[in-house]
Amino acid sequence: MKARYSIFSLVRNALNYHQDWPEAWRAPEPKAEYDVVIVGGGGHGLVTAYYLAKEHGIRNVAVIERGWIGGGNTGRNTTIVRSNYLWDQSAALYEHSLKLWEGMSRELNYNVMFSQRGVLNLAHNQHDLRELSRRINANRLNAVDSEFLTPKQIKEFCPVIDLREKGRYPVLGGSLQRRGGTARHDAVAWGYARAADALGVDIIQQCPVEGFVIDKGRVTGVRTAKGTIKAKKVGLVPAGHASVLANLAGFRLPVTSQPLQALVSEPVKPMLDCVVMSSAVHAYISQSDKGEMVVGAGADPYIGYGQRGSFQITEETLAAICELFPMFRRLRMLRQWGGIVDICPDASPIISKTPVEGLYLNCGWGTGGFKATPGSGHVFAHTIAKDAPHRLNEAYSLDRFTSGFLVDEHGAAAVAH
Amino acid sequence: MLLIPNPWTEPRPDVEYSYGGEAHIERPKNPEALSDAEWADYLFMRTNAKGISLERWCHTHGTRRWFNIARDTVTYEILVVYPMGAKPPKLEKREYL
Repeated sequence: MKARYSIFSLVRNALNYHQDWPEAWRAPEPKAEYDVVIVGGGGHGLVTAYYLAKEHGIRNVAVIERGWIGGGNTGRNTTIVRSNYLWDQSAALYEHSLKLWEGMSRELNYNVMFSQRGVLNLAHNQHDLRELSRRINANRLNAVDSEFLTPKQIKEFCPVIDLREKGRYPVLGGSLQRRGGTARHDAVAWGYARAADALGVDIIQQCPVEGFVIDKGRVTGVRTAKGTIKAKKVGLVPAGHASVLANLAGFRLPVTSQPLQALVSEPVKPMLDCVVMSSAVHAYISQSDKGEMVVGAGADPYIGYGQRGSFQITEETLAAICELFPMFRRLRMLRQWGGIVDICPDASPIISKTPVEGLYLNCGWGTGGFKATPGSGHVFAHTIAKDAPHRLNEAYSLDRFTSGFLVDEHGAAAVAH
Repeated sequence: MLLIPNPWTEPRPDVEYSYGGEAHIERPKNPEALSDAEWADYLFMRTNAKGISLERWCHTHGTRRWFNIARDTVTYEILVVYPMGAKPPKLEKREYL
């Protein structure tokens, strides 16, 4: 690694006014051929490249990205990390990921500001309570930390929630995952980009894919805006364009692409030191280290590639936030944006081989891909290197839509999309 | 928010409508004769077009009637409104990468 970040390098560079910091990663021109080309330079793609180089000894790797690193959904989400999913397959994958989050800053020598401040899910009626209890029990059987909080305990844990029971959404209980929290999203992308680059991975930005070279059912290259790049294996890691890429490769996918939106308020003094989510009222909120309230809203119900969300979704979410947190009513919102998410019929991702040999796919993360970033890339690197799924992503093959073994996680998404 | 025209009223905001997904997916006439892959294709696989999407909408909070539209999923323009059962309109292809 070119420059190890530490207190000593900080002091040394302070002496000459921070003029000599080296670039965090190179900006190479693509080589003619790679062992593996990863399409998509978001978090998941960069982690895949990192583990290909680190654990599987495949260092002749390129990550090609149509925009810039951290400019897609990796930089557009609400940064929540948790693993309290219902089904065994999901709990295993997301818990694997959460464990990687816990060591990430040290492993990458890059501060991703992972803060395990606790993720609180609220129940507003009897049905919510039963569902929540079921999920807590399922989590504990899978060794995922999860506990039930009574309204009194909720008030102690998060005092700013209105619990006078006069509101539109009375709070009857909640589940808490103390190991859950938030992280600085673009630092995750930059940290993995830097670490992958140090292991020899070429990161090629502003290089959209225009097609694939497929010879007798086997992929042999990628056609891009910077020319055709030969590749022994290709991994597709798109966020909101899986169908577009699959179309170029000649097969169909079960995903729909919908805009999911989020917004942030003006920065205020610290007053919310945990993440609060409510599936019934379609809202989740946390406070960033800058002091902004980061609010996640729902997805538009129809297909859209427009990277903007509908106004009524914003209105619905903010109405719920104002009910739950009356003290936030006078906050002004600063920015609102949308990201395109690919949602599978069972709300679980696809991490799989494809009908084209040598072409692998990691997509369909729907509304919750950020939390899975390290785990997803880790198992996908294994899938590419060994040409067979890792134990943790066997259930997430594309074949499950033919066999019928779906992993129905609609209930564990924080909000019902 | 989309302002969606329909064959019966003036254009109305999308909160009055329900989205019914991709249009022109025909239920197989003889489902038992289908292979698992063909059944999966019917049940789950979708065009999910970046460009012109042919889709069904229902004017739920209004006339309660179904109809089809051709919509650009990037610019969100609604290009054609046509009744259920009609053949898809012939439109110039729009491709975005």
